[in-house]
Amino acid sequence: MSKGRLRTTVSAGLLVLLAGCNQEQSTFAPTGAEAERINVLFWVMTIAGGLILVGVIVLSAVAIRGREALRAPLSGERFIRGAGIAFPAVVLSMLLVYGFVILGAGASAPPSDNGIRFAIRGEQWWWRVTYFDADGNSFESANELHVPVGQPVRLELTTADVIHSFWAPRLAGKLDMIPGRTNILTLTATEEGVSRGQCAEYCGGAHAFMSFHVVAHTSEDFEEWMAKESGPAVKNENERAERGGELFLDAGCGGCHTIRGTAATGAIGPDLTHVGGRRSLAAATLPNSAGAFADWISNNQHIKPENKMPPYNIFTQSQLEDLALYLESLK
Amino acid sequence: MTQQYPAELPNKGPRPKEELEELERIWATPKGFKLLTVVNNTVVGTIYIGAAFLFFVLAGILALLMRTQLAVADNNFLSQDLYNQIFTVHGTTMMFLFAVPIVEALGVMLLPQMLAARDLPFPRLSAFAMWAYIIGGLVFFSTIFYDMAPKGGWFMYPPLTLTEYSPGNNADFWLLGIGFIEISAIAGAIEIIVGVLRTRPPGMTLAKMPVFAWAMLIFAAMIVFAFPAVILATMLLELERSFGWPFFTAALGGDALLWQHLFWFFGHPEVYIIFLPAAGLVSMMVPTMAQTPLIGYRLIVVALIATGFFSFGLWVHHMFTTGIPGLSLAFFSAASMAVAIPSGIQVFSWIATIAAGKRPFRINVPSLFILGFLFIFVLGGLTGVMVAVVPFDFQAHDTYFIVAHLHYVLVGGMVFPLFATFYYWAPMVSRKMLSERLGRWAFWLMFIGFNTAFFPMHITGLAGMPRRVWTYSGYLGWDLLNSISTAGAFIMATGVLVFIIDLIRNFRLGGGGPENPWNAGTLEFLPTDVYSTRSVPHVTSREPLWDQPDLAQQVREGLHYLPNAPTGRRETIITSVIEAKPQYLMQMAGSSWTHVAAAVFTAGCFLLLTIKAVAIALISGVLAIVSFIVWGWQLDRPDQGEVDIGSGIRLPTYMAGPSSHSWWAMVIVMLVAASLFISYIFSYLYLWIVSPEVWAPAGSPALPPLTYPVNSAILMVFGSVLVYWAGKRLPAAGRLDLPLPLLTPAMLILAAAFLAGSVGVEVLGHLRMGLDPSANSYSAMVYMGSFLTGQAAFATIILCAFACGRLVSKRLDQKRSVTFDNAALLYWYTAGQGLCGLVLIHGFPRVIG
Repeated sequence: MSKGRLRTTVSAGLLVLLAGCNQEQSTFAPTGAEAERINVLFWVMTIAGGLILVGVIVLSAVAIRGREALRAPLSGERFIRGAGIAFPAVVLSMLLVYGFVILGAGASAPPSDNGIRFAIRGEQWWWRVTYFDADGNSFESANELHVPVGQPVRLELTTADVIHSFWAPRLAGKLDMIPGRTNILTLTATEEGVSRGQCAEYCGGAHAFMSFHVVAHTSEDFEEWMAKESGPAVKNENERAERGGELFLDAGCGGCHTIRGTAATGAIGPDLTHVGGRRSLAAATLPNSAGAFADWISNNQHIKPENKMPPYNIFTQSQLEDLALYLESLK
Repeated sequence: MTQQYPAELPNKGPRPKEELEELERIWATPKGFKLLTVVNNTVVGTIYIGAAFLFFVLAGILALLMRTQLAVADNNFLSQDLYNQIFTVHGTTMMFLFAVPIVEALGVMLLPQMLAARDLPFPRLSAFAMWAYIIGGLVFFSTIFYDMAPKGGWFMYPPLTLTEYSPGNNADFWLLGIGFIEISAIAGAIEIIVGVLRTRPPGMTLAKMPVFAWAMLIFAAMIVFAFPAVILATMLLELERSFGWPFFTAALGGDALLWQHLFWFFGHPEVYIIFLPAAGLVSMMVPTMAQTPLIGYRLIVVALIATGFFSFGLWVHHMFTTGIPGLSLAFFSAASMAVAIPSGIQVFSWIATIAAGKRPFRINVPSLFILGFLFIFVLGGLTGVMVAVVPFDFQAHDTYFIVAHLHYVLVGGMVFPLFATFYYWAPMVSRKMLSERLGRWAFWLMFIGFNTAFFPMHITGLAGMPRRVWTYSGYLGWDLLNSISTAGAFIMATGVLVFIIDLIRNFRLGGGGPENPWNAGTLEFLPTDVYSTRSVPHVTSREPLWDQPDLAQQVREGLHYLPNAPTGRRETIITSVIEAKPQYLMQMAGSSWTHVAAAVFTAGCFLLLTIKAVAIALISGVLAIVSFIVWGWQLDRPDQGEVDIGSGIRLPTYMAGPSSHSWWAMVIVMLVAASLFISYIFSYLYLWIVSPEVWAPAGSPALPPLTYPVNSAILMVFGSVLVYWAGKRLPAAGRLDLPLPLLTPAMLILAAAFLAGSVGVEVLGHLRMGLDPSANSYSAMVYMGSFLTGQAAFATIILCAFACGRLVSKRLDQKRSVTFDNAALLYWYTAGQGLCGLVLIHGFPRVIG
């Protein structure tokens, strides 16, 4: 069986176990150069490790029930020196070199040449994402990272509070966000599309609800997205949504949230300028829909316990719907 | 029946009947509520193992709760907050209240029997460690019922565990829990090192020592060097939580990674601290089951030592994703792989031994658990090599892949050998053996359940599921894998339940079970009673029971060494470190309330501090010290003259100086303190590398003028000289006829005062310069140095005062000088540490400035 076919067979076996598994956050379905290299490394090690395990089982079986002639070579110190010292020393040395080659390949990727910088700041329990364009202008977004396909991008990872770990499994391995430090993670998307990531370092209370999406665009689409996303919030003609906008300001939501182009300039919570265009709410906890917005505003401590936003039960049902419509319209 | 008594045996038979009666009286186990005062190693060992097993079951129940919560997506069986508490308590309990204590407990239980010693050298210390651990452990665990349990993970990374992000006492209870395991682990380590090196039977050279004794020796040495790092870390964290000394706050020059370095410098060796003794147990059982000596004994001993050594060079592999430089990654990756080789040696030695053994290889409950262990441990070792490859770890780290890996290594490497141990050694203390039928059920349920629970987690993790999440979204599709894992966990739990039923039905404490049921070759299967073996055999090989067929009979009839109790009290033979030549007869402590009181009040002190009841905590602390003093006062009994133990060997019954067991214990205490101080020096330099900007002279108030450290140093040096002179002026035995008899105690008191003064001068100097410990990491580190030296000085002062008391009450003289030796050793150590501290604190900033 060729190596490729073997891999296909093993992969197929695994797929049975993964049946029903959505591959959005899976290292088995890489869409980034780093994750692809690691996936190959995984399969090489798994197959080699599996063979070694089978070997040990066979040797044990021979030792227990084998015929005298088979057991004799196993029953001395020479066997221990060969199987327990020489064999692992050779295999591990080869593996060490292979590991370093892959590590080196990841580290040597040059930074993107379009002058765009990505800064991601972990906060309990969401991600503040800041984009800097070539001219040094910046704008903020949250819980969603947009990258161009085919270009290595450098992510500047920091934290506002405790240790978090940024992990987009389909693109690359994880890297921690540590107070007082800026860690640089390089990743290269190889396919267009949306994948999901999640905080990997336990960061207290709602650690389980600290996820995000990564959207990989073609270069043209990415530039288009940047242009749109860096602009102010879109004006909405819908009457109810307009009422919602006023309500947003009157209720003091702008104390924590920014909506560029309005009086809301708070910096504590996520920037909501284009929140309606994102794929999720509350760090990939809820789908993005008007209903979810309403649910979140009034019931967020139940949905995502301990999150820093207080639940707002001051609105009437119709006010809540207006507010939700407004937020949903911020594409 | 007539009996031949070979002339070459150490003692002649038949022995007078009164000898046995006297042994039984002296070593009798206290009855009724006085059982609490017991120190006999088999009883203490059984209670100790029972307590540790209780924590295994409790933490296992927490695991079942977590598995129930995770069985399906978006589940609300447990709340987020409770889940976070439960996983923290599960990990902490399994590591600190089950794994380490049960290994120490096995040491207490098995070592004296394997070495045919009457008991371990410090029986009250073992009992103290056990009571402190049981009280502290139960209180720690019960916090889960009051919503007061810590929820920062068993690794307690700051800044999450600082007051800002973890207000309330929850995190402090973790520090309490770990405080207890620190105390009992170090007490146990001292006991085990001295026990293994000094209480072996005559003739049992190091090269003839059972592998388990080797493993425990290395285990204890690792505790001595690894635990101080976490002791320092917990002190720093509690100081930052309580008083705001910013060791871990980046904005004030601290660093969250300092905690990770200290924690994993302990935490990785901890894994081998748990695994090595289990491997040692396997190396004892495999030869018995194969009925042939272990193949590769020397290779295994070298492998154990190598593992212990390497394990200190691996800690950074828990930190591959923190963004540390590539060169460190390379070094620690290579070291992490290298440690696979000693494990390989052991695995293939066991296979070789099985292959070399008599036919057929016996398949029974212990050997089933050993074979299960081999499979699980090899698989866990292979995934361990995978995660040692840095790029793969970038993906696997902090996912369920690691949950799978660590349970394969720890449950495979430790729990399965432990159950083999229960079945194998139960007849040593139980009148009945455990059931072969129930044991097989327990094994197969546990083995199948374990693999069903944990194997799928490898896939779950790589499919993207991180650790320590209390729930997950249904649309990610992790449900099926998680449901399988949950089913497996309950199957495994059923296996443990079957074992408990077996225990209830068949375990009956008290000697007199079937004698050597497995036909083992080592001494623990000699016939024993409360006094351990009737006489102490002369050992000539690694498997004395196989090579000396009549040994059991001879030992029982008292024909070997020490068939009686010549001093009329508890005693055991102390032998030389390498050759095991008899050196003296140690007079041992018996049952007592003192160590029980010490444990209760120590626990009380810690507990009350945790809930901030400072005044009562201090009272409890003082009572604990009083208990320690009374305990110590009863020890160091006077010389009883020389006694005959057989073969014409006459041994002294008192020993001071470097041959004494007490001197060895003190040296180990000093090693612990030195490891702690070295961890401190590392932390100081580490924080300087991270934040040189807060260091004096530029970033903080200037150092005090040199007169302060010079005066402080002079006081310590003078004190040390005074102690030396006091040693030269000890009275002759039983007399106080020196000129100026009170001059010696006065010198000791003055030396103690100098030590206190020295620390005071150092602190005063910094206070005068306006250095505030909560200002930045530099200032906190400066005061931390004095804090550590002050701690050592406090212990030294108490020992000096104790020695004075012994002097004036004529219990301390030139010959009977153990209490003085201890005080002097600790004094010189403390002075040395203090001087190093002064050089660091006052020299380093001047050199770099």
